Amino acid sequence: MNATTAPVQAGYNFAYLDEHTKRMIRRALLKAVAIPGYQVPFGSREMPLPYGWGTGGIQVTAALIGPDDVLKVIDQGADDTTNAVNIRSFFAKVAGVATTTRTTEATLIQTRHRIPETPLAEGQILVFQVPIPEPLRWLEPRETETRTMHALREYGLMHVKLYEDIVRHGRIATTYDYPVIVNDHYLMRPSPIPKFDNPKLHRNPALMLFGAGREKRVYAVPPYTDVRSLDFDDHPFAVERWEEPCALCASTEAYLDEIILDDKGGRMFVCSDTEYCAVRQEAGHKGAMAP
Amino acid sequence: MKPGRVLLQVRGLSKFYGERVGCERVSFDLFPGEVLCIAGESGSGKSTLLQTLAYELRPDAGAVHYDLSGRGLTDLSGLPDSTLRELWRTDWGFVRQNPRDGLRMRVSAGANIGERLMAIGERHYGDIRVQAQDWLQRVEIDDTRLDEAPTSFSGGMQQRLQIARNLVTRPRLVFMDEPTAGLDVSVQARFLDLLRRLTAELRLAVILVTHDLAVARLLAQRLIVMRHGRIVETGLTDQVLDDPQHPYTQLLVSSVLAA
Repeated sequence: MNATTAPVQAGYNFAYLDEHTKRMIRRALLKAVAIPGYQVPFGSREMPLPYGWGTGGIQVTAALIGPDDVLKVIDQGADDTTNAVNIRSFFAKVAGVATTTRTTEATLIQTRHRIPETPLAEGQILVFQVPIPEPLRWLEPRETETRTMHALREYGLMHVKLYEDIVRHGRIATTYDYPVIVNDHYLMRPSPIPKFDNPKLHRNPALMLFGAGREKRVYAVPPYTDVRSLDFDDHPFAVERWEEPCALCASTEAYLDEIILDDKGGRMFVCSDTEYCAVRQEAGHKGAMAP
Repeated sequence: MKPGRVLLQVRGLSKFYGERVGCERVSFDLFPGEVLCIAGESGSGKSTLLQTLAYELRPDAGAVHYDLSGRGLTDLSGLPDSTLRELWRTDWGFVRQNPRDGLRMRVSAGANIGERLMAIGERHYGDIRVQAQDWLQRVEIDDTRLDEAPTSFSGGMQQRLQIARNLVTRPRLVFMDEPTAGLDVSVQARFLDLLRRLTAELRLAVILVTHDLAVARLLAQRLIVMRHGRIVETGLTDQVLDDPQHPYTQLLVSSVLAA
């Protein structure tokens, strides 16, 4: 097991935020869980990283994490990119919790824009970093109006956007942050995950929490909640597919990133979920370009 | 004149902006299929009255009753927001003076027409498209323009697109605020012809605000003349225009060439 522990940084409260702030965020989260998909306002704090880097997610994580938790942080599926490494070491420092890259070992996973390929289990919590929580923002600029639309379930406008997609591209061209209806009521932005991950939101056994730091909103999809992607009867929702398997682990089920290898058209497709890919390679799966 | 059910009943309707009067003690009945024109100079409270009738502005006194399908004559002040908003996008229409206020300028003409259909739950792209195409033809816009944004349309086309967008759910009552004000004379004439045809075909009740008495003459069966927020004269259009009784109406009529 590669779970590691580190000491708590002197001069800081456990998990950086003070206890009252953590309690305030947890209250907002309880409300969010009680009303799936509803955006709950909360008093977002200044965090030691810029807006857009995960200030919402990091506050949700800080409010929930306990000394016994095992934390995993991913950025676009990868455990080893700047954002993931820094947030992971941040919590190792200020909370002294164990961290891991293994999806199955983690009790708390903070993610930027992916849901792990390895299925989540009951008891796990997935925290999403959300840039813009309001799905109707670019369609209706007035906040008072969007709130009324949510309250009355007036979501025809979202279909106008999808209609316009088909007019321009011949298909629904929205590929990430694809709008969903949660629990047959609230329209929700699932944060910029690829639409490939949308089906994983539906009836997932894990608790999924969404934090938007700049916009000061949290929302939630509790375990086993219905999450439906919007579509038209004659243009049904469909996820991305690739013509070739992962070049490293030969997976045909995972979301693949395209990597440009040279300026002569060379490219490879590899799993965006690095941990999933590594585990498969360890288990002996070999792709066409595996070392 | 014509017996039958009242579609919209207005009693003692008043709207104030602080000390200033928007409209005061306005009462009338509107019957299904009737075109009613509200005329008056600018600042006379026409647009305020129209918005108050449509309940976009809440009246300070008086009441508006509407013949809701299945419920009969209902006081709009007692309706929950959800029912009122449903009324706005199904059984009623509102054509704005400036098409930019009534259209979504950044999405295609088809999406503009389809918006109300999608709002009431239509979820078949092909069907929505067919209906949008049909309505474009009915308002005399070439249906090859279906996928173009209204920004590429002329003023007259934009105004006709607004009509199509409103009529697609087959409303029974449409409010129009100076729909011809931004159009030049030849385009106006064609637009008015179209409007007259559609209101007759669909048995549409219309409350139309205008400062142009010629528009009233051409379209409306009944005319209300307003001044300083109050009704000064009302009656059959031809009667009011041919034999105006109130000095203000006389002034209005005499100031227009061959109205």
